[in-house]
Amino acid sequence: MHAHATFYRRVEDALATPDLPEKMERATSRLVAARHAAFAAFTDGEHVRDRARAIRADVIANLDRYLERFATAAESRGGRVHWAETGADAVRIVQEIARTGGVGTAVKSKSMVSEEIDLNAALESAGVRVVETDLGEWIVQLARDHPSHIIAPIIHKSGEDIARVMRERLGASAEDTRDPAAMAALARRMLRAEFLRADMGISGSNFGVAETGSLCLVTNEGNGRLTTTVPRIHVALMGIERIVSTLGDLAIMLQLLARSATGQKLSVYTNILTGPRRVGEPDGPEELHIVLVDNRRSGLAGTDVAEILYCIRCGACLNGCPVYQAIGGHAYGSVYPGPVGAVLTPALRGLHEFGELPHASSLCGACREICPVRIDIPRMLLTLRATGVETEGAPAWIARGLRTYAALATRPALFRAAAGAARRLTRLRARNGWIGRLPGPLAGWTRQRDFPAFARRSFQDQWRARKRRAS
Amino acid sequence: MPRRVQLFVTCLVDHLFPSVGFATANVLERAGVTVTVPEGQTCCGQPAFNAGFHDEARQMARHTIDVLSRSNDPVVIPSGSCTDMLVHQAPRLFDGDAPTAGRAERLAARTFEFTQYLVDQLGVTDCGSCARGTATYHPSCHGLRGLGIERQPRALLEATPLTLTPLAEAETCCGFGGLFAVKMSDISGAMLERKLDRIEESGAATLVGTDVSCLMHIAGGLHRRGRDTRVRHLAEVLAEREDAPAAGRIVSRGGG
Repeated sequence: MHAHATFYRRVEDALATPDLPEKMERATSRLVAARHAAFAAFTDGEHVRDRARAIRADVIANLDRYLERFATAAESRGGRVHWAETGADAVRIVQEIARTGGVGTAVKSKSMVSEEIDLNAALESAGVRVVETDLGEWIVQLARDHPSHIIAPIIHKSGEDIARVMRERLGASAEDTRDPAAMAALARRMLRAEFLRADMGISGSNFGVAETGSLCLVTNEGNGRLTTTVPRIHVALMGIERIVSTLGDLAIMLQLLARSATGQKLSVYTNILTGPRRVGEPDGPEELHIVLVDNRRSGLAGTDVAEILYCIRCGACLNGCPVYQAIGGHAYGSVYPGPVGAVLTPALRGLHEFGELPHASSLCGACREICPVRIDIPRMLLTLRATGVETEGAPAWIARGLRTYAALATRPALFRAAAGAARRLTRLRARNGWIGRLPGPLAGWTRQRDFPAFARRSFQDQWRARKRRAS
Repeated sequence: MPRRVQLFVTCLVDHLFPSVGFATANVLERAGVTVTVPEGQTCCGQPAFNAGFHDEARQMARHTIDVLSRSNDPVVIPSGSCTDMLVHQAPRLFDGDAPTAGRAERLAARTFEFTQYLVDQLGVTDCGSCARGTATYHPSCHGLRGLGIERQPRALLEATPLTLTPLAEAETCCGFGGLFAVKMSDISGAMLERKLDRIEESGAATLVGTDVSCLMHIAGGLHRRGRDTRVRHLAEVLAEREDAPAAGRIVSRGGG
């Protein structure tokens, strides 16, 4: 992607990409409509959301305890638990498992954590062939692109875009790419061979269940099930915040995840994996490795932005966000785009590099409204903005402008005089009450909209005059 | 005892759209309420707060709290966004300052957005408006999601002679967002274009809202497109009488 382009440059690129806004608008509208329909038909849905929020809040507040319980339970069932403090640690751990296991090919089901730590490149450089098996991620890999959505990685691509990738990268025939069913059939043929060839399956994990040490994976394509059961080694990557306490709590979360993500009651495949293959069992991997990835998450505990760890990665806040709908995921410059990313990315990777993201919001609150666990994203965007002003500063025109504005607004006579000056200036520039071009840093406003001139007399001046006349 | 309220008009209404302030006062007075306008009112501090300038936001919020705490009368504001600032954000701004936080909370408890006050406090929905024609309603985000204002403006609109037409994607933000519209004007502009398309598709002659900030944004976009859709604050619609012709409207506001 544009690794060092600024946020503004990426936004400009996104808005100038032919058809991108239309594609995003269509796809996200469909997902939001499906989500709303699912919740409209979900008796008790609001109550379940409250319970789910309480479950997530409890887990995040007591994460150490739940993680230890999870690790103990997982190991008692034959899993091997690895603690990765950093992304680099996680990468080294997976590389080492691959080396020890003599792995030539690894198949992967979808894992945002693997994107976060850039695992594919690291494995390839260690001589492991990595094949993505989630259809969207596979296309991303073939196109050497990046996901632009956390559950719909190629939401920015049309069917024709996908057919082109298959023709260009795989030499697929026109026949094989004539419609979505044909393309899916081609993918199935090619990926089936990879599943059978692979030595290692790498997956993410939607939830880890503390009481049983189980992993829960949901997919719609069944690739997660093949990835985690066919190869002899299964490596599951899991962000440390993905824990739930019990299978009962898992059931609560599952009621919300697919409904929020795609409007389904449940995803097509819900897998609960507990340990590797045991003696007498017909299938399953010989080795199960669970890599618990911190990568600065624990640093958020107890801070004003800890609530972002409640996130269950359904993607609903992306779908419902008018900013994401307008610019797509790549503009955010990070694995996690949209409202959740605008909090999570700067929280994990710093405001120095990602300080603009918390400002990429009109604070409309659609994200908080659609979030299944009611994460107050606007509150955290505001918190990060304030932290950014303290640690990184702000553009001079904003800092000077707001300081001046505050100085005037706390001195009503001066405020009135300054408004008088603005009144004269704007009325001088205005035609029929509207200004077509504002100067300096305010010019952004008048690129797409006119600005109204100040009124001839302020409300308070007129009100005072009216009172004087009346008395 | 007649009811009394303090009107906090907001900086934008004060200096850009005074007719909205008069319409608000007018509707309240006709409902039997005595309206006072506390001297010295300026800005609630939201622009600084949203930009992350908490010191400046505190200065402005404290000033506003001072101005509105000289009386214990309820405060009415013709803006969901400024109401949300005083009701939800200002008390939190004074976390380490218990006396000011306490005053902020006491003020928050008696501060109402205009339609909240009319419908929930006074029980008024029919204001005797004679506004006619077709209209559609854009619910502003801070009022809608911050204060839960939805049925109040609709009830008030339904009691007028206006013919209401639905607005697709009504609850999607218009892209205003304060400084956002200047700093990230391209994104804001893309959001605005979408909102304008939906407004035009509604076929309504008038767009009604309850926040002049968003209305100014939308009206500025419609004006740039050369459309003559009227953009009006709900208070102006409600204040319209046979004996008192329409007060200013934002789009054709040449006369001020």
